[in-house]
Amino acid sequence: MTDAAVSPGMGLNQTASKSAPLTTADGKPLKAALRKANGRARRNALLLVAPLFVFLLFTYTIPIVQMMARSVMNPEVANNLPNTSAAIGDWDGEGLPSEEVFAAMAQDLKNGGRSTIGRVAARLNTDMPGLRSTMMGAMRDADEFQAPFKEALLADDDDWGDPRLWTLIKRETRTITPAYYLRALDYEYDQAGEIVPRPENLQVYRSIFWQTAWMSGLITILTILMGYPVAHLLATLPLKRANLLMILVLLPFWTSLLVRTSAWIVLLQQEGVVNNFLVFFQIVDDNDRMRLIYNRIGTIIAMTHILLPFMILPLYSVMKTIPPSLTRAARSMGATPLRAHLTVYMPLTIPGLAAGVLLVFILAIGYYITPALVGGEGGIFISNLIADRMTGSLSQLRLALALATILLVGVLVLYWLFNRLVGVERLKFG
Amino acid sequence: MLKQLALTAAASAMAITAATAQDSLTIVSWGGAYSESQLKAYDEPYTEKTGVQILHEDKSNQALAGIRSQVEAGNVTWDVVDMLQSDAQRACDEGLLVEIEFDEWLAPAPDGTPASEDFIEGTTGDCFVPQILYATMFAYNTNAFPDGGPKTIADVWDLEKFPGTRSLEKIPQKNLEWALMADGVPADEVYELLATEEGQDRAFAKLDEIKGNVIWWEAGAQPPQLLADGEVTIASAYNGRIFNAQVNEDQPFEIMWDGQMFEVDGWVVPVDNDNLEQIKDYLFFATDTQRLADQAKYIAYAPARESSVPLVGNHEATGVDMKPHMPTSPENFQNAVRFDVEFWADYGDAIEERFNAWLSS
Repeated sequence: MTDAAVSPGMGLNQTASKSAPLTTADGKPLKAALRKANGRARRNALLLVAPLFVFLLFTYTIPIVQMMARSVMNPEVANNLPNTSAAIGDWDGEGLPSEEVFAAMAQDLKNGGRSTIGRVAARLNTDMPGLRSTMMGAMRDADEFQAPFKEALLADDDDWGDPRLWTLIKRETRTITPAYYLRALDYEYDQAGEIVPRPENLQVYRSIFWQTAWMSGLITILTILMGYPVAHLLATLPLKRANLLMILVLLPFWTSLLVRTSAWIVLLQQEGVVNNFLVFFQIVDDNDRMRLIYNRIGTIIAMTHILLPFMILPLYSVMKTIPPSLTRAARSMGATPLRAHLTVYMPLTIPGLAAGVLLVFILAIGYYITPALVGGEGGIFISNLIADRMTGSLSQLRLALALATILLVGVLVLYWLFNRLVGVERLKFG
Repeated sequence: MLKQLALTAAASAMAITAATAQDSLTIVSWGGAYSESQLKAYDEPYTEKTGVQILHEDKSNQALAGIRSQVEAGNVTWDVVDMLQSDAQRACDEGLLVEIEFDEWLAPAPDGTPASEDFIEGTTGDCFVPQILYATMFAYNTNAFPDGGPKTIADVWDLEKFPGTRSLEKIPQKNLEWALMADGVPADEVYELLATEEGQDRAFAKLDEIKGNVIWWEAGAQPPQLLADGEVTIASAYNGRIFNAQVNEDQPFEIMWDGQMFEVDGWVVPVDNDNLEQIKDYLFFATDTQRLADQAKYIAYAPARESSVPLVGNHEATGVDMKPHMPTSPENFQNAVRFDVEFWADYGDAIEERFNAWLSS
């Protein structure tokens, strides 16, 4: 740091006394020696961050790039139906393809084994349910097919006479496809190859993305409403009592996520503590116990509680640094307590508030385990669907990767917006 | 003393490396009571007989994704994997599994019936050796229904006669079949109807009737817990879990066998494995008639071989006769429906999307 600060000054000196360049004690030009020393310091700094850099490269950057690449990969048809892929290129898409294409398909079915045809059948089946059986059946009968192959395949299964099947095969011969992204946003291709919304009873991802966003927003607002007064109290109470309260904030923070989520199940279920209490005091009827969990309410309550410390801690650290004399000064000049609070105190807490909002919202939007356990059917987040698709077939895995990429891009866009509105450099995390 | 300890440690470390180098098999299964039953019935006798160490991993709930990533990375460390038939079929389609030669790899029945004919019909797959047959069916808490519990699938939908919350698994599989059966469709026509748009509409409309009274479960341990807590009165569950709650925990649960949906769970072998001879030897031993029958001593799942059924004995821990608890015992099997893996391989992805959309609407 000092080297860098000194060097411009030295440069000036150098130009001033052009005739005799400055040298170090052992006679080397000062400029070169300085550059060498600076270079060494930079190299050392790089060496120090190298482990982290390599770690991030292998555990973060490469997997994310791979994820994005795999979400558009579509090699199944081109690789496993080579003859058909070559022949179908000339088909104009009207009616059924020529005998030549059917012959190529028969050849591919004959050449391909269980796993070759299995792969392409599973891929095409995601766009046309039922096609898997058609193709696997034809593969088993392929040795007996005789020319004309069009008749042979149609005799094997009527589905071969469906133009939609051939349009699908022709379209999916491309090895890179946006199909999984379309699906992830509830769109699909129609018969003519136009992009259209999926039938309403199959639309699911967009509404869950939207639900993830608004529930995360609501949870963030709830943590502000609950966390702000607590942080204020912590920052203004005498140290001894504040410490005790602080432990009450930190203790749940240090407790395992699963334990806290399970605790909420015990409290909120229909035979749980809260409902028993309400029934005991005859606030609700025994046969009419409230559904407080396995729905949106459950997710919101549990996640608000779990994420609350992430709001309180940055707020507290900022509030602690605001001198109480500022509000007192405002009061002494005639401001009402409310006005002093709103115009003097609150603007000063914004760096902490913004940090809390960013932490809570971004943590919430990727939450998985709590909605999975207490969300039931209505209170799930997009991560739950991603995790679910992840363990399924290869096509579902690719869909999961597309969903995850959309989530990642969405979070980055929100971060960018937030940065434009608030300015990340103003944040104070603690 | 210290030196001795160090020596023993070094010796045992060497023994372990030696074992992993050649005389060991890595077997992936579900964990819990189920893995325990496999350990007792197959693994311990096998190690005793051959000296081969068995290493266990409890990863079967991630089996498909796990095998896929191992095969893609070219580093297959799982030798034998316990998998659901439906997942096995997907993995087989993707070329991740070795195709099984039943009569060549596996032991015939004691009466000489070749292996390929000894397994219960429709349960074998190109890459899949069935092992146990389990049922998913409805169970109820008898405390909730002092005058007698539900008898048929239609009763499960009858919220007036049998009040209370239901619990169903959060997947379309089995629930749609039951919905159609509750709507009066005969069991053997269910899949034909479900393959049509109208059939699916009808099933979802029937599910709509009870949607407001359902808690959806995701892990097999949940339904017995929900029943025990009184959160629900009727729940779909795996029969082994309910048996466990009845016998080991004395819970007042009753199984309603009507409309039970049975499916099989079994072994698959990931491709690119250089240990194939060893694996075949293990499979030959672990899937023979006696071994499959032995497993039923430890868990209430039925052996997948016909020839094992008469050999099923008593529960090892409690001495209960296991035969009446088998999904395959004649009185339980009367209105049983075979879970159709082919159907769900064809329509699963599409129906799952519709199911998710329906759930969140």
